[in-house]
Amino acid sequence: MSHGHEAVHKPTGTSTWGGGISPFKISYGKMMMWFFLISDAFTFSALLTSYGFYRHKYADNWPVAGDVFTHFPFYSGHIELAYVAFMTFVLIASSVTMVLAVEAGHRMDKKGVLFWMFWTIIGGLIFVGSQAWEWYHFIHGTAHGALRDIFDADLGQWVNTIVHGANLSHNEYGHPLFADFFFFITGFHGFHVFSGVVINFIIFLMVWSGKFEKTGHYEMVEKSGLYWHFVDLVWVFVFTFFYLI
Amino acid sequence: MSSHAETLDHGHHDAHGHDHEHFHDDHDHHEESFISKYVFSQDHKMISKQFLVTAVFMGILAMMMSIFFRLQLGWPGKSFPILETFLGKWAPGGVLAPDMYLALVTIHGTIMVFFVLTGGLSGTFSNLLIPFQIGARDMASGFLNMLSYWFFLLSSVIMVISLFLETGPASGGWTIYPPLSALPQAMPGSGMGMTLWLVSMAIFIVSSLLGSLNYIVTVVNLRVKGMSMTRLPLTIWAFLVTAILGVLSFPVLFAAALLLIFDRSFGTSFYLSDIYIGGQALEHTGGSPILFQHLFWFLGHPEVYIVLLPALGLTSEIISTNARKPIFGYKAMIGSILVIAFLSFIVWGHHMFITGMNPFLGSVFTFTTLLVAIPSAVKVFNYITTLWKGNIVFTPAMLFAVGLVSTFITGGLTGIILGDSALDINIHDTYFVVAHFHIVMGASAIFGMFAGVYHWFPRMYGKMMNKQLGFAHFWLTIVSVYGVFFPMHFLGLAGIPRRYYTNTEFALFDSFSDINAMISTFAILGAIAQCLFLFNFFYSIFKGAKTKHNPWNANTMEWTAPTEHIHGNWPGAIPEVHRWPYDYSKPGMPEDFVQQTVPLQNGEVESH
Repeated sequence: MSHGHEAVHKPTGTSTWGGGISPFKISYGKMMMWFFLISDAFTFSALLTSYGFYRHKYADNWPVAGDVFTHFPFYSGHIELAYVAFMTFVLIASSVTMVLAVEAGHRMDKKGVLFWMFWTIIGGLIFVGSQAWEWYHFIHGTAHGALRDIFDADLGQWVNTIVHGANLSHNEYGHPLFADFFFFITGFHGFHVFSGVVINFIIFLMVWSGKFEKTGHYEMVEKSGLYWHFVDLVWVFVFTFFYLI
Repeated sequence: MSSHAETLDHGHHDAHGHDHEHFHDDHDHHEESFISKYVFSQDHKMISKQFLVTAVFMGILAMMMSIFFRLQLGWPGKSFPILETFLGKWAPGGVLAPDMYLALVTIHGTIMVFFVLTGGLSGTFSNLLIPFQIGARDMASGFLNMLSYWFFLLSSVIMVISLFLETGPASGGWTIYPPLSALPQAMPGSGMGMTLWLVSMAIFIVSSLLGSLNYIVTVVNLRVKGMSMTRLPLTIWAFLVTAILGVLSFPVLFAAALLLIFDRSFGTSFYLSDIYIGGQALEHTGGSPILFQHLFWFLGHPEVYIVLLPALGLTSEIISTNARKPIFGYKAMIGSILVIAFLSFIVWGHHMFITGMNPFLGSVFTFTTLLVAIPSAVKVFNYITTLWKGNIVFTPAMLFAVGLVSTFITGGLTGIILGDSALDINIHDTYFVVAHFHIVMGASAIFGMFAGVYHWFPRMYGKMMNKQLGFAHFWLTIVSVYGVFFPMHFLGLAGIPRRYYTNTEFALFDSFSDINAMISTFAILGAIAQCLFLFNFFYSIFKGAKTKHNPWNANTMEWTAPTEHIHGNWPGAIPEVHRWPYDYSKPGMPEDFVQQTVPLQNGEVESH
């Protein structure tokens, strides 16, 4: 232990991890947000891994997303996955506007921050609304429906009947667990988006009130931006798991 | 000091959220009301005490529960009026009802694992020691720290409320495996009791997350000048890694619990399939209870180290201080903490060897599990070599720290047996398992916690605890811990299953009834010993002898701050750090300890 070198004038405290400075050169708030996002990523990973487990187990009667999500507004025909592509595009575009809001914040451009945050909020709202629309069609299903064994609680037995659409216990398009996970995970993600919209809106009001001109920086916009990008990134995975594979 | 605050960020604002300047001058303009000082406090020292007192209260409850069910196990069917006094209709005629037995076992485990050894241990000592030992004014965010405590208290209150439900609290075991936990009609405790359990745990996870985020960020960002990562006391390393484990593993339990809530309340079938209750088929189909076990133990195993690592960290500090020797293998200690933390994420399958797991996968989990023995042994040998030829000072804290080393070895050895997928076939779900985890994580962690309380009591309350009572507490505790858990190994090897209300139905087990009575006797002795601690603790808070400054002649930063608690910990600038924390009995020094804030002397060589 005492084989050390001459260290009398070792310049401690000047190195990155030597104490007295933030090693990553960021504030505690931003670092907390990063660690929170890592934590949240584990929640989503657990859910998506569970999804993958059943997707693999019931590969035979797992619905193909292209057969399920074929609706498009103001168009009576069927186009596979067109609408979800649209809402994904909107969400990713809202990440771009968020970046621009953060960039405007660096320039202390209050008007710019307000402008780009406004469009971020609108993008988020369109996404959440689209999700509701997507759910609506999934829940209502097709006119012809499909024959499924449905449990009749009164009789206490399974009855073969025609079902339309999906809910938490049956699914016209295939295995009920697809519907269970679809509602749960897209719902959980949608709740994240919704929270993000609310947070963005609060920050928007704070920007408007001129609070950050007083504090001299727009770091709050950056923090909510981190969250927003994370939520968008998670959607890319949710989208991939449910719609593409 | 101002350079400290400003260099933390790009310089355009104060990264702490505190105004550090005012600590330079007098701090008496800080008007504090009773509410802001004692109730909604944002000061890490007060929050630490709040965590400790709450955990002590929860610990008393959990200990009483263990005595209640030990009475039944030791003397099956015998009437104990005290049971009826406390449990009323759940112990008609003084005999514990089977449903309540299951409930007590479940809630005992839940409270001990989560509320005492996670919330209580990390909450108390991370809060107390992180800012003190790294040289910070407070946690990074005092507000989130306060919220962390209040969520903890709320979850504790909800868990306690569930004890008073007409149908009883959750009863499916602390691991809440479905389908028992998923079907409200499965058993009385699976109704409202289970719902409240899940609500309580969800809130607990929020509390744990807020606390952990704070601990990590504070350690990374707020170390005082000179406090490099390799000059951190091992306590801080342990708290840091524990917090990281919590941030990574609790969200998985959260996901598991959410899916369980959906199965319970909204008719999904994530964990359920092909179930008949009372001859009636249930609608659930397709799910698998094994999925829950995977998700649960992905948290559950790191949770073991969330419980244990802080205790190991406290022990490192206490053993080095009281052996008056530098800790042996400082960097190996850090390394083994990191390796244990990493391994804890890839061993969860050893809780599931007999779920029908592919034997090949079982052997992989056996391999990763046995790897844990390496860093654990490194730690144990380092403790022993630190003690070796030390100038040992026997304080109650030191005794408990050495007690931890003892239980960690004893319990660790049986871990090697249980971690083997072939041997586990025989002893899974027996008292062997109960003995193993109670010794290795229960007793070890609680010993670490006691050691911490005795050692840092002067720092928390400015008073000393009574030493003689502390000694009595230690000896009675360690004797009863081994008295309770050592014989359980033999019960387990004989095949007695855990969680059974009684074994009298099986003639095969008749010859073990005396051992069970003896175990229960030791359990009662242990409970009495804890009364000594409780008296000592509360009496000393109010009437204990005033402590002198730095009563243990320790090196770490917290003893450089004034004994009385002030907002911001140090009256003037925070002293810079010039050396590691383990310069005990260093040759050429005037005393047998050199605090971290003492600059290197002319010609002195830094110790590591």
